[in-house]
Amino acid sequence: MSLHQAKPPRVGDSPAVRRTLIALVLLVGAVLVLAPLIVIFVQAFSLGIQAFTAAIGEPDTLHAILLTVITALIAVPINTAFGVAAAWAVTKFDFPGKRLLIVVIEIPFSISPIVAGVAYLFVYGLQGLLGPALQAADIKILFALPGIVLASMFVTAPFVARELIPLMQAQGRDLEEAATSLGASGWRTFWSVTLPNVRWALLYGVVLCNARVMGEFGAVSVVSGNIRGQTNTLPLHIELLYHDYQTAGAFAAASILTVLAVVTIIAKVALERRGAGRRSRVSIAAPSMIAEEPTS
Amino acid sequence: MKRRVLPGLPLTLGITLLYVGLIVVLPLGALIYKAGTLGFADYWRIVSSERAVASYRVTAGSAAVATVFNLVFGLALAWVLVRYRFPGKRLVDAIVDLPFALPTAVAGIALTTLFAANGWFGAPLAAIGISVAYTPLGIMVAMAFTSLPFIVRTVQPVLEDLDPALEEAAQSLGGSDWTIFRKVILPLLAPALMAGVSLSFARSLGEFGAIIFIAGNQPMQTEITALLTFIRLEEYDYQAAAAVASVLLLTAFVMLAVTNLLQARALRYTQRS
Repeated sequence: MSLHQAKPPRVGDSPAVRRTLIALVLLVGAVLVLAPLIVIFVQAFSLGIQAFTAAIGEPDTLHAILLTVITALIAVPINTAFGVAAAWAVTKFDFPGKRLLIVVIEIPFSISPIVAGVAYLFVYGLQGLLGPALQAADIKILFALPGIVLASMFVTAPFVARELIPLMQAQGRDLEEAATSLGASGWRTFWSVTLPNVRWALLYGVVLCNARVMGEFGAVSVVSGNIRGQTNTLPLHIELLYHDYQTAGAFAAASILTVLAVVTIIAKVALERRGAGRRSRVSIAAPSMIAEEPTS
Repeated sequence: MKRRVLPGLPLTLGITLLYVGLIVVLPLGALIYKAGTLGFADYWRIVSSERAVASYRVTAGSAAVATVFNLVFGLALAWVLVRYRFPGKRLVDAIVDLPFALPTAVAGIALTTLFAANGWFGAPLAAIGISVAYTPLGIMVAMAFTSLPFIVRTVQPVLEDLDPALEEAAQSLGGSDWTIFRKVILPLLAPALMAGVSLSFARSLGEFGAIIFIAGNQPMQTEITALLTFIRLEEYDYQAAAAVASVLLLTAFVMLAVTNLLQARALRYTQRS
């Protein structure tokens, strides 16, 4: 502390400025971020704890929870495998078109979820490219689980890759090259050399990917068809209850996703303490920083 | 010396191209193809219709206001988190990411409840004649919420790395705090701020879930472009949906290019200094 006090005051360190800015930030933050968090739980329990548990236990809500969990159980592992494969391909090899590939992986990050949903309609819908053929073969993609999973995979495509790529880029190829030159197979090299070095970043990407899959609304609402008790994921079910004037029920369902969001943030902070995300803290918001790294 | 080549290129690149091709490129290609089958006259008629143009105005206008708000508030938040110590700072730092972690539909109903005429904030605001929910102001609030973390998180690391010597030099030359902030610090933050602004604006243009609950969704007044796309779908007017969606897609590509450009500049800037 004494060392801290010995330093000359920096710009904005005068008590008046400091207190005003802190007060302003806390006030606006409380209104814009904290209040929504609180109002969700206040509304969820507005009719009492019994009404809350009854709302959660309602069959359609339970089905929506189940569908959301199933979607995540399919989409997140596939996405993770893709993210790892993409990171390996992009950081361990040089090939033409590499930067373009990175940009394409990042595209879903900048596209409106509604556009994503509409785009899927024009592939698998009846008026889409493959729709008629799929109908002839009696394969149902849209307004069913596969469509929901596909749309979720689109919106989260960059999540794991963008955590791994900058980290694996920075770590270079020396360790892996040493391992293979000592006779380790590619798999062995990945499991015992690469993975231990990137595990926290990988988990970080998986956690964020999972949160987005479980919470996705726009893209899924286009492709799911909103069939109550059948293709309604939890966010869609919240909308249905809310527009049905079952406010307490809607907020009860919303409180589950809010708990998920809070757990996600806690996990995020814990993983950042282990070094995940920190390096790529800029790249979370600024994905293309990845592409700016020299490609040896 | 011959460079050793690691194994796994065909497998990993194969998986990557297959995934990107099927999940990302195919749908976007299908959308562009569908919009392309319209013919120029029809396409132009749809995308330049009065209602569509009004939706662009509502969307871009609200996004601009929300982004300016986040520019000021995001900079203040980043500044407070980097420069000051206060109780609860780590909690504030963590909670900044809540808008990214909270599902947009949940944010939408929470903000609507807060800002409705009988809500915690809506009631006092209504007393002084300001209504937020179901007006363009509501759209701005939802956009400001969902894009809040962008500017904070792009500015924060640059602010952390700022060399104190620059400020000290300016101080020794007798500059006031405000002058030094404007003439020394702000120019150094400008590239990161611009990058954050473009990300925040782009996100606001595409936002859907948080907005539709609070917006009121009146055509010509509080109808965003993403919602207009959705409405055209519900009317089974797929060509119009494709056309309007293609405008959003094109805007997203333009914003992506702008963001990339700004970030490349921001990165060059930080590497030089």
